Amino acid sequence: MLKRWRERITPTDVVMWFIGGTLLLLMFWGSTATLIEGRYTSHHWFDFLIFGLAQGSIYALIAMGYTMVYGTLRMINFAHSEVFMSGPYTAYFVAAAFYSSGFLDRQPILSLIFIFLVSMATSTLIAVLLERIAYRPLRTAPRLVPLITAIGASFFLQYTFRGLYGSGFQAYPVVKILEGEWMFGVFRILKFQAVVIVAAALLMTALYLFVQRTRMGKAIRAVSEDKEISSLMGIDIDRMIVTTFVIGGMAAGAAGVLYAVMFKQVHFFMGFIPGIKAFTAAVLGGIGNIPGAMLGGIFLGLVESIGPSLFLDGLGIVAPYQLKDAIAFIMLVLVLIFRPTGILGERLAIKKA
Amino acid sequence: MKQAIKIGLIGGVVEILLALIGMIEAFSQRYIIIDIISMGHTLIFLVALLMTSLSAKRTPHGNPLRAMINALTSGLIIGGFLAVLVVMGSLVNLRKVFINASPLLYQWLTFNQGIKAGIPLLLTGGALCGFLAGLLFLSSKLFRRVLIISLGSVVGAGVLQDLLRPTFALWGPLSVMNEWLFSANGLTLYGAIGLFVLIAALSYVWAKKGNVIRANLNGLSPSNQRVLRITTFLTLIMILLVLPQILGLFLSEVLTIVGLYVLLGLGLNIVVGFAGLLDLGYVAFFAIGAYSIAVLTSPELGFFNLSFWGALPFAIFIGVLSGFLLGIPVLKMRGDYLAIATLGFGEIIRILVLSDVLRPWLGGAQGIGKIPKAHIAGIEMATPQQIYYLILAGCLLVGFISWRLRDSRLGRAWMAVREDEDVAQAMGINLISTKLLAFATGAAFSALSGAIFASKLGSVYPHSFNVMISINIICLVIVGGMGSIPGVLVGAFALVGLPELLREFAEYRLLVYGAALVAMMLLRPEGLWPEPLQRRELHEGESSDAKPNH
Repeated sequence: MLKRWRERITPTDVVMWFIGGTLLLLMFWGSTATLIEGRYTSHHWFDFLIFGLAQGSIYALIAMGYTMVYGTLRMINFAHSEVFMSGPYTAYFVAAAFYSSGFLDRQPILSLIFIFLVSMATSTLIAVLLERIAYRPLRTAPRLVPLITAIGASFFLQYTFRGLYGSGFQAYPVVKILEGEWMFGVFRILKFQAVVIVAAALLMTALYLFVQRTRMGKAIRAVSEDKEISSLMGIDIDRMIVTTFVIGGMAAGAAGVLYAVMFKQVHFFMGFIPGIKAFTAAVLGGIGNIPGAMLGGIFLGLVESIGPSLFLDGLGIVAPYQLKDAIAFIMLVLVLIFRPTGILGERLAIKKA
Repeated sequence: MKQAIKIGLIGGVVEILLALIGMIEAFSQRYIIIDIISMGHTLIFLVALLMTSLSAKRTPHGNPLRAMINALTSGLIIGGFLAVLVVMGSLVNLRKVFINASPLLYQWLTFNQGIKAGIPLLLTGGALCGFLAGLLFLSSKLFRRVLIISLGSVVGAGVLQDLLRPTFALWGPLSVMNEWLFSANGLTLYGAIGLFVLIAALSYVWAKKGNVIRANLNGLSPSNQRVLRITTFLTLIMILLVLPQILGLFLSEVLTIVGLYVLLGLGLNIVVGFAGLLDLGYVAFFAIGAYSIAVLTSPELGFFNLSFWGALPFAIFIGVLSGFLLGIPVLKMRGDYLAIATLGFGEIIRILVLSDVLRPWLGGAQGIGKIPKAHIAGIEMATPQQIYYLILAGCLLVGFISWRLRDSRLGRAWMAVREDEDVAQAMGINLISTKLLAFATGAAFSALSGAIFASKLGSVYPHSFNVMISINIICLVIVGGMGSIPGVLVGAFALVGLPELLREFAEYRLLVYGAALVAMMLLRPEGLWPEPLQRRELHEGESSDAKPNH
């Protein structure tokens, strides 16, 4: 047993374990130092938690698109971040029109629903066009080819939207009923954060039920299991692939409005960072795995909002929040190295990746 | 007919998109032929011509009449789309949403004729494009080729006027040509006609006699051929050496930027092109090279105060080391995972450099300044014309190394890994060392480029090393042809040189990049100047004459 182990270990493994161990040790040391120093009160931690949950549920919604497309096509839809951006950016003009006509204040719920619909429709349209024009002709091409196409499509879309809508930041109008806070005993929750969490949870449940319980969901799962055999079983592969893009686009469009509600602005470049984070979330949860993507998104959101204060503050690092994105990327790299199958993943990565 | 309508619809949507993202208006500021046709109009016509000729080409059975009708239909639909846009624009204020839907755009679209005259004009224009495309389709191959080449060079001369004009002006007697060919903004009418006739005649003669000349060359004895090749090579080197003196300051600056990207491209070509490892964080090594030079030489930090040449070996060594270090964790990853992990690495490095934590050593967001210039034989390399030689030397060295590596044992091992990792391993290739060497070699070239970049600018900022640079380099390697060394040159000139010359359209640079990448992957995945092997692979099963050879 021991001998077998020793034969399988290569020098690179040792180096990797060394790096991983050091990072773990640093994390542990940092957290204990922070907690002992007692720099943050429980109120702070609760705020971090809620913010992390809200941000994480947005990541989770975007991650659905990555994970479903990966499941059916075995490719990273690099342009998904632009699918995410296109929705809220287009819906901004609807929101602005509602705001200036006063409709937003009179019928806030109705107009929010309408904004959601516009955003989801746009994102879905972009996702479907992307599939039809850029990805469908390349389904049998070598692996690198669709990935490069996706990168190209991502930049094309970004700068097309920049050309169409302009390069500045657009401030989303404030929805009055989402301002303010609720108090639960001593803890407070900002209203919009609560709304983001609840809306995202509802959407994710709906998507999960769709994929698990409906006939179409079953077909999608069959296609991601094995394309050839499912086509022999009479499933229209093309239609199912388009459906995954539609679902991913809808989720991304909804996530986009939630993002706009939270950060109150849209920009043509806004998709890039959330896109990579959401991909990280999808990998974290095990790519191709839908509940995994949700879990991964929320986990990443939490680590990002709590991590800098918890791990880094205790190490005496100045301005730890600047390193928030670095934490997310380090997580990504670590997961890819140590557990490429993710938290809930099957052993996809080695066989098919 | 259905096909023709579909193509027309696609063409119409493309035209409207071009108009609304502001490309047509921006391009209309520059004339191809002064006061006659602008770049914007050329763009409209080009798209319409392309789509209509596609429509003619796709006609079943090649029936000439039906091809003509199809092309006309598509053209009419495209014209109709633009007409609808103009009408819409005059009824509703589209500008609230689309910032580029300005009154000026409608003026350009209607050729300054107002709406009433403009709409029939657009429709006729569309039909005319269709008619022309139909005619071209029906005419002989030779005629088509000559026409396309000569029209293309007129457009090219118009687009690159800012490059050609100052260059001619430097050449003493040739500067007379400027007067004749160019006006203040665009070609003169006579100049354009003259150029057209000249190029048409030349390409006609080449099309008729080219084969004979080529056959003559191939018929030479081997020793003569060798002499010929060496003379060509020497002439090329001579031209490269005198180039900055001929081209002047601005174009030398452009050349230095292209040169830096050639260095980067040659490095990434080893990682992506030879070994097939898609590295999206390649800019990290560029940054490491530049920052190494900055930290080692800059008196602002005052740690080492080495000279450029003293610091260069260290910079490259640090580059190689980081190539190894970043390579180890990703050894087991493939394809997509590798791409994302390296993207993550690139971002981590940038965020770390940007953060306040490392500020005392790396300068934080303010960067590091006062980096000394390189000296060669007591001469300071300060102007672009001087730095050009530094970069040229670097490019020649790196090009030579890549060329020799390609056919070496290591090079063949890389290609084997690219084709199939498992089989390569089974054949006895050590995956770990092969992959790490690819990362390290790529990193060394990139660090060299970064070092020259730092001494050229005299300062480094974290913002110069964002993910866009990585994407740029990937694009140029892929557009040129993966694994092809001349392809890197072609890619760098097309994707870095050309946009530098067309600075006023910088806004559309990445848009065009993205579109070029997608189009390239869909239509010509092997690149502009591919390796023969790569081309054969990507066109397996197709007839061998499907693609023209370069």
